[in-house]
Amino acid sequence: MRALQIRRKAVKLGLARIVSPVSPTMAAKIGPLELRSIDDPANPGGKDSVGWQQVRTRLAGICGSDVALVEGHASTYFEDWVSFPFVPGHEVVGELESGQRVILEPVLGHAARGLSLPFDGASPADGDDYSHLAMESNGGALEAGIQTGFCCSTGGGWAPWFWAHDSQLHPIADDMPDERAVLVEPLAGGIHGALLARPAIAGIENPVIAVLGAGTMGLAAIAGLKRYVPEARVVVGARYPHQQAYAKALGADVVVPGSELQRAVRRQVGGMVVGGALTSGAHVTIDAVGSNSSVVDALGMTRPRGRVVLLGMPADVTLDLTGLWHRETELKGAYTYGTETLADGTVAKTFDLAVDTANHFEAERLLSATYPLADHVDAIAHAATAGRRGAVKVAFDMRTGDL
Amino acid sequence: MPRPGFVLDVDRSTPPMLFWRGENFSLEKLPADRSRVIYPPEPLAGLDDVDGAIKNALLNPMDAEPLPTLLKPDMKLTICFDDASLSLPKMRQPDTRQRIIEAVLEMAAEAGVDDVHLIAALGLHRRMHDYELKHVLGDRIFDAFHPRGTLYQHDAEDYDNLAVIGETEEGEILEINKRVAESDLVVYANVNQVAMDGGWKSITTGVASYRCLSFHHNPKTLQNTRSLMDRHHSALHQSLWRMGEVLRDQGPQIFTVETTLNTNTFPKPFDFLAKREWEWNAKDRATYLATQKSLSAMPLKARRKIMHSIESPYEMTSVQAGFTPTVHEETLKNVYAQHLVEVEGQTDILTMGIPYICPYNPEGVMNPILVMCMGLGYLFNMYCGKPLVREGGVIIMTHPTYRDFNPVHHPSYIDFFEEVLTDTTDPAVMSERWEKKYAEDEWYRHLYRTGNAYHGVHPFYAWYWGAHGQQHAGKVIIVGGDAPTVRRLGFTPASTMNDAFEIASDVVGRSPSITHLHVPSVLVADVK
Repeated sequence: MRALQIRRKAVKLGLARIVSPVSPTMAAKIGPLELRSIDDPANPGGKDSVGWQQVRTRLAGICGSDVALVEGHASTYFEDWVSFPFVPGHEVVGELESGQRVILEPVLGHAARGLSLPFDGASPADGDDYSHLAMESNGGALEAGIQTGFCCSTGGGWAPWFWAHDSQLHPIADDMPDERAVLVEPLAGGIHGALLARPAIAGIENPVIAVLGAGTMGLAAIAGLKRYVPEARVVVGARYPHQQAYAKALGADVVVPGSELQRAVRRQVGGMVVGGALTSGAHVTIDAVGSNSSVVDALGMTRPRGRVVLLGMPADVTLDLTGLWHRETELKGAYTYGTETLADGTVAKTFDLAVDTANHFEAERLLSATYPLADHVDAIAHAATAGRRGAVKVAFDMRTGDL
Repeated sequence: MPRPGFVLDVDRSTPPMLFWRGENFSLEKLPADRSRVIYPPEPLAGLDDVDGAIKNALLNPMDAEPLPTLLKPDMKLTICFDDASLSLPKMRQPDTRQRIIEAVLEMAAEAGVDDVHLIAALGLHRRMHDYELKHVLGDRIFDAFHPRGTLYQHDAEDYDNLAVIGETEEGEILEINKRVAESDLVVYANVNQVAMDGGWKSITTGVASYRCLSFHHNPKTLQNTRSLMDRHHSALHQSLWRMGEVLRDQGPQIFTVETTLNTNTFPKPFDFLAKREWEWNAKDRATYLATQKSLSAMPLKARRKIMHSIESPYEMTSVQAGFTPTVHEETLKNVYAQHLVEVEGQTDILTMGIPYICPYNPEGVMNPILVMCMGLGYLFNMYCGKPLVREGGVIIMTHPTYRDFNPVHHPSYIDFFEEVLTDTTDPAVMSERWEKKYAEDEWYRHLYRTGNAYHGVHPFYAWYWGAHGQQHAGKVIIVGGDAPTVRRLGFTPASTMNDAFEIASDVVGRSPSITHLHVPSVLVADVK
């Protein structure tokens, strides 16, 4: 079949990295992503092939981590956790042979690899040992890969079809449009980040949570906070006017340009500014950007003994950690989703919460543009410059069957 | 003999008029046959012997004993002086205050007074930088007093060093600097650049506490101040004079020295600014073009630096000393002699160019709140009798209105712009909803007390300054301003003067009368 594929080509990655700040379009052209004919992937379930199904892609989103990969900015950390060549695409709404539409929970967890779950009812990303993600399984039929979209065995959403395990599939109702469903995966990530703020504000009256960045993940975090951490006052720094408008529409209490977030936080919590950092600050800051400066900013606007949640994939960051040490700041990563404990003590799967949230906010409003696979250069360039082009989420549309 | 101010009726042969646009200028053609331009009087002649005049005023005061007779060896003498908000632009050295204080110190030394403190009466303004103090006082005074800690700046938040003098019949509490309150004699060295300044205002605002200032620096008072330049019709000054009477009856003895300046504002190469446009010769036109083009080509910071480096060749036109209210009446006569222009009737549209400077940004950035303050606060209030523009009329200002702030001088202005103005532009509402938070903010308080920041509440006061103008005008248009910033102020942006007239026609019709307040320099319209 014809699919977009990434192969491990250091030269292309290097060139894309050099060119991307100047021309995202050129970076997408010369980078490691190619539309090419590939062999249909074999069933990754191996001999037994229990629970694996072919999923026809309907819409597949372009994530910030995908863009980072295509433009050569992704960390080398993941080299041992993925298997080349792979078809990207992990934000997917697709269709089974039965006609049932499904959303993909892309983590290739224990169930997909024929292993026992870390606990009863665990989601694919649960567990405290990631060894299964980095090793081949199912008798060698399933190679290493943290998720569908980063594994050479399963294929991915940027192709007409791919393999997925039952544990990864969430059927959706007939009245949920594809355009809304394709936002469920990023929403789940944002909700997970939002819920990671909760332990740091337990018992605090009028907690303040700052959200740095209002791209897809920042907006997803805002949605998650307003749905599941309603007691918090949410202060958002959004760079572009349309992002500010979306943040307000999702219920953020205070929305300011990104450069003014620190001041806005101070206005909420008081305190002073000393050496460029707040003496107090937000109880929790969710960094939905993941850049060097955003991490520095997040640390400087979070109060001593507060928590910084790194929701945006940070990659290679250089920073002075003296402030973190002095302020006893907790730095918390927020990767994907899993099983969540809510305020009332009930347990829920993040994806179920995300479906609920997507319906509540009519998340299709965040899908700005769709492209056929053949226009992947334009699509990637659009996604890479989404903010300044007034967009949020860009996706590939394969519903017509045309590539 | 300087020519008095006058009103020019614009006809087809009238050349375009000069408008300030922040750190630059433009020439704007005003519609013929329905526009008029109010020109200020030419600068009055300065005193020939300034030091002699000061000495004479100290020795022959009004309704007071000569200064030397008030000076005793064992007394506490405090000399207060106006801060860097005066003069605008800063005057060439030696500054008037230096000359007055040197004369006072000489007499104090002769009398054997050795407990002398010098206090910058800055109210809630920012503390002056050392170089500004040196500019105002001269190196000799600065070096003699500053290292010993006897030259310092008033701190309206230092409650250990504030004292309540008393209360007016209206319940206004006069609370001032304790050193001033406990002095045997207070000499105030004033620069009276406009009629709003001076009199009891000098001490009842300059060395007062926030609590004390809040009795008159509020929307209700400022909306009923008609105008700031007409003391007898100003609710602000009425409050200040009530406090002044408390000061007179219950406070220390005050010996006021007030001075007036002429309007000789700009040195070369900017002296063309003081000329009337139709009198510009070829050299003036060439200088204007060269200056305007050069400034346009420069980065904003460079433009600002050039403008703030201007030192005015002001000359002192009068000095009077003694009992505060008597002195001030004489001062007002001298101020009005320089500023007053008789104008017949009001206008539908008032146009004004907003310069790069106002009393609250010496050496700093003219941020959007200060643009409002300068336009609706100061320039709109340049009247006696009736406002130049009729009620419900349109005010058109020209200024780039960039969203730029000096974070050292104006930290609370930044938050005011982002937080308060996004909520309301109504002075009464913001006073009720937001003022207390800003007044009591610990960070602002810290920066005011230890840095060079205006008090946290100051942007509110700057906004209230324009409250009367805001209430009076039917629409305010800013030509050439950053559109989103202008809208945040509650005003309407326009790209050209003609666009502004078009926009104004919704309010004042197609053939409105137009009056241009010619700035520079300063004038007060006596509207009949």
